[in-house]
Amino acid sequence: MREWLLTDTPGSRTQARLGRLYGGWLAFARNRLAMVGLGIIVLLILMALLAPLIATHSPYDQDLANRLQPPSGAHWFGTDQFGRDIYSRIVHGSRLTLYIVLLVAVTAPVVGLLIGTVSGYLGGWTDIVLMRITDIFLAFPKLILALAFVAALGPGIGNAIIAIAITSWPPYARIARAETMTIRNSDFISAVRLQGASPVRIILGHVIPLCTSSLIVRVTLDMAGIILTAAGLGFLGLGAQPPLPEWGAMISTGRQYLLEQWWVATLPGLAIFVVSLGFNLLGDGLRDVLDPKNG
Amino acid sequence: MTDIIKAGGDTAARRPRRPAGLPRRIAGLLVSVAMTLLGLLLVTFLIGRVVPIDPVLAAVGDRANAETYERMRHELGLDLPLWQQFGLYVADVARGDLGTSVLTSRPVLEDVARVFPATLELATAAVIIGVILGVPAGVMAAVNRGRWPDHLVRVLGLVGYSVPVFWLGLVGLLLFYAKLDWVPGPGRLDVFYDGLVDPMTGILTVDALLAGETEIFWNALSHLILPASILGYFSIAYISRMTRSFMLDQLRQEYITTARVKGMSEARVIWRHALGNIAVPLITVVALSYATLLEGSVLTETVFAWPGLGQYITNSLLSADMNAVLGGTLVVGAVFIGLNLLSDLLYRVLDPRARR
Repeated sequence: MREWLLTDTPGSRTQARLGRLYGGWLAFARNRLAMVGLGIIVLLILMALLAPLIATHSPYDQDLANRLQPPSGAHWFGTDQFGRDIYSRIVHGSRLTLYIVLLVAVTAPVVGLLIGTVSGYLGGWTDIVLMRITDIFLAFPKLILALAFVAALGPGIGNAIIAIAITSWPPYARIARAETMTIRNSDFISAVRLQGASPVRIILGHVIPLCTSSLIVRVTLDMAGIILTAAGLGFLGLGAQPPLPEWGAMISTGRQYLLEQWWVATLPGLAIFVVSLGFNLLGDGLRDVLDPKNG
Repeated sequence: MTDIIKAGGDTAARRPRRPAGLPRRIAGLLVSVAMTLLGLLLVTFLIGRVVPIDPVLAAVGDRANAETYERMRHELGLDLPLWQQFGLYVADVARGDLGTSVLTSRPVLEDVARVFPATLELATAAVIIGVILGVPAGVMAAVNRGRWPDHLVRVLGLVGYSVPVFWLGLVGLLLFYAKLDWVPGPGRLDVFYDGLVDPMTGILTVDALLAGETEIFWNALSHLILPASILGYFSIAYISRMTRSFMLDQLRQEYITTARVKGMSEARVIWRHALGNIAVPLITVVALSYATLLEGSVLTETVFAWPGLGQYITNSLLSADMNAVLGGTLVVGAVFIGLNLLSDLLYRVLDPRARR
């Protein structure tokens, strides 16, 4: 199998493609920290998928007789002010975290990619106007802008996602534009243009595929930032609303018990930290494989 | 944070095609900054327009009849086309009128001026910590590449990019306030000292010194140290990483070899020659890090009950006080743009190559 993948004379296109993927994987797997990151993310995904099986209690059931219990055999991470099991809430919270990250990761880069490639390929006034808009968004501190949007839209997990997506696309537009500028004058683009391809076809079919790998790296590196922003909004009471077990919101409610019952606020924060670290390690590793020139 | 680097770096790298004089380029820069500021106003204006709260209803109350409602709507200028409303908004802001806060029933600008010094104090203390510890750490990492100082800086950076600032603040309070009792709790002063110093600059440590109240100064400083260190940690992580990469670039160059061959001491080569050459880009990094600290202060202030701009914005948000939220956002955005501009200008003025 290994030989079939690594052969110098692949018999088919699929074999060549798989071989290249395998080569990339080998380079990635040599990076031990990146593998740790990948491990964390795989665990997170498993945890989200199997949440009802892994959790020992319901994340919502209140048990006022057992409120604010310290970590023990019955409640591994203790209980919160309503007697809810913190471990089970963190496990179920992984679903919310993944939900936020995935929704932002499929919207913001697509918008950025379109704006960036159109701007870079067409140039001229389109470029000036689009980049001016991008600069304005970049000129705002991200969290403050997200705060203002949530203020206008109203608190809630959906609006938090929209606000984060609105504030996240400009860097992608910049990257995509820079990549487009480097390839738009290359011979193969001219060849396609001479064959009569329209700008839409060139951008969608030939420019965008070449921009994706550096964008994927950037998105992975940004995921930690998305998680932190979402948790920050949750902490301020503007993201996911109670009783949803969102990690940032859990920290916020645990704040008032911090000095006596430390586990209520600190353990969800640890979860945020570990997951963000996982995404950062994974992103660093991916960058080394996919985008060696910026490493 | 890398976004900002990107933005700042791009403006610095965008050279005009024809060599133009410094005044002309600065004029061009100012025009672009003015455009950005106008865009900022447009964004806050549009956000203010999508709010589901009806400003007319808020002003007249829901018992008013249709006639009163229409008159108020006219008085507030809400019956004008959107672009005219935007023009009025820009004119108001230019006059320093950011509206009145519903929560405090004072002009927003007055409120912001009152709370801003607290944020300034926190961010400045944090950036000082960041420079004092971050620059040497970055230099040591570059000099000892691949050994433990290098790994330390790497880990600092990774943790800095992964840890939620508000959580770190809570853990800091738990550890240093509740368990070890090294620092006082949240707030800017012990209740006992509250209101004993006349606010002159609004920066309590400075005010206390000006008034000659050393006891209050130490108390204010002890309250400042934990939040500033938490915020400063993120600054250290960032500054040390940038210093490391700038230093690595310098140490590779031939003048370093020449200096060593001439028999110059290693300390002098590193701290005088190499560090001297990265001073200009470092200033840019520090200015940008200062700007991001403003952002971090929103969450830190909430954790430490620090009565600054961040806390003002979040409190107004929770009570749907849109004038205050948008005014605060505008001020933060303007300061952010100002710091970017400042770092850009400093770069051009201090670096002889950019001046040419």
